[in-house]
Amino acid sequence: MKKEEIPQDNGALNKLTKELVYAVDSSGNYTTALSSGWEVKAKALDVAWEDIEKRIEAARQKVLNNEASPILYFIELRLMDIGIVSAYTGFWKWRIKRHLKPGIFRKLSADKLQKYAEAFNVTVQELKTMNVHEA
Amino acid sequence: MCMKHDFNHLQAAHCENGVTTNLLRTIGIKHMTEPMTFGIGSGLFYVLLPFLKINNGPAIAFRTMPGLIFKRTCNALDIPVFRKKFSSKESGKKFLDDCLDRGQPVGCQVGVYYLTYFPKEYRFHFNAHNMIVFGRENGRYLISDPVMEEVTSLSEYELERVRFAKGPFAPRGQIYYPKEAIQVTDDMMRKAIATGIKRNVFHMIHIPGTVVGVKAIADTGKKIKKWRDKLGQQKAGLYLAQLVRMQEEIGTGGGGFRYIYAAFLQQAHAYHPKDELLDISKTFTHAGDIWRNAAVQAAGIYKGRIGSQADFDIMGDYLLEISEIEKNAFRALSKIKWKP
Repeated sequence: MKKEEIPQDNGALNKLTKELVYAVDSSGNYTTALSSGWEVKAKALDVAWEDIEKRIEAARQKVLNNEASPILYFIELRLMDIGIVSAYTGFWKWRIKRHLKPGIFRKLSADKLQKYAEAFNVTVQELKTMNVHEA
Repeated sequence: MCMKHDFNHLQAAHCENGVTTNLLRTIGIKHMTEPMTFGIGSGLFYVLLPFLKINNGPAIAFRTMPGLIFKRTCNALDIPVFRKKFSSKESGKKFLDDCLDRGQPVGCQVGVYYLTYFPKEYRFHFNAHNMIVFGRENGRYLISDPVMEEVTSLSEYELERVRFAKGPFAPRGQIYYPKEAIQVTDDMMRKAIATGIKRNVFHMIHIPGTVVGVKAIADTGKKIKKWRDKLGQQKAGLYLAQLVRMQEEIGTGGGGFRYIYAAFLQQAHAYHPKDELLDISKTFTHAGDIWRNAAVQAAGIYKGRIGSQADFDIMGDYLLEISEIEKNAFRALSKIKWKP
């Protein structure tokens, strides 16, 4: 890539910083320059987020239809998977899978609910209702 | 409390390169550069892990395992390294504070999910980001994050949260730094450069199987051609977007890594005046350019602008072409006689 070919599109990171990029100058030597972003990768990130939004909405519907507990919704909302939830709560994965069943979730102790709430960075009330108030 | 620090922040294209380079500069190796660090640390890599999914997409990495670039670069230059993980947040904080009190800047592995200064769009559960903590001021930790133009800061709570993020590659408060300053001679640099290149040759063309190296790039190309039928248009588009994100995003690189490696070979020429190095550098620039063309093609697909089987075939062929170019480049590197 030549220095003048470095893309200067608008990327999500541009709010924070420009990225350092390596490219060759007119005499063929490597140099560095700043890039504000590249449309190709900005779109790749958009596609990933559109998929995440879809997954969150699908999970919300499942919870409303009583096919899953709110834990599923928060797993998607927080971009986690069962392994990560397990790491934050200390619960075994098979237990978390059990807690994904609405009937079992309703009988969870306050103690366990609190652990989930902390892992998802919400209150227990928000955990139960999926009603999250975030700044 | 206000502390004096004479830390020089230097922006880098990739976080671990940047942290390593900056830490080596703090111990007096002023001529260290990001490409040098990357090359000596044999940073160029490619792996496609079968059966494993990350964020519901293929698990691809364009870099070596986190932590290795720092470790290898220091080893190659005979610099003793300190590295420690912590079982509790309290001991992790105390250790960090002690380091800072005696003026020792430290490298920290962190997760980006709770990294408050990052834009939300970038905050996934990715736990192999690296930064330098170099001081404390008014109850805040001073942070040199190599992907940023300027230094920044984090509160005690914010720093603790990213240092003790959980999940894959959980950093567990990991701290690392070069233990003592040593004099690095040109001879040591020459030896380290040769070692780094030889190891990278081995990783990219001599490991058997199709999971790592240039054979894995070709294998990914072949798989991409089947994605449309196997996964359907939409999921195939998502997979390609993931490939591009892994290739081009901060902290992972890809096309960008090829350029850093090409820059490394140019800089290596100053220590080993062999003209092959300059030629092979051009080859890596070419490989980087094709990685970028491939990303443009992938973008056409995930934007929905194109999407026929022929378009997937073109995408796959790009990777087959790259595999061939990089194979030849590493073969040429393997033939260089380093001893004069």
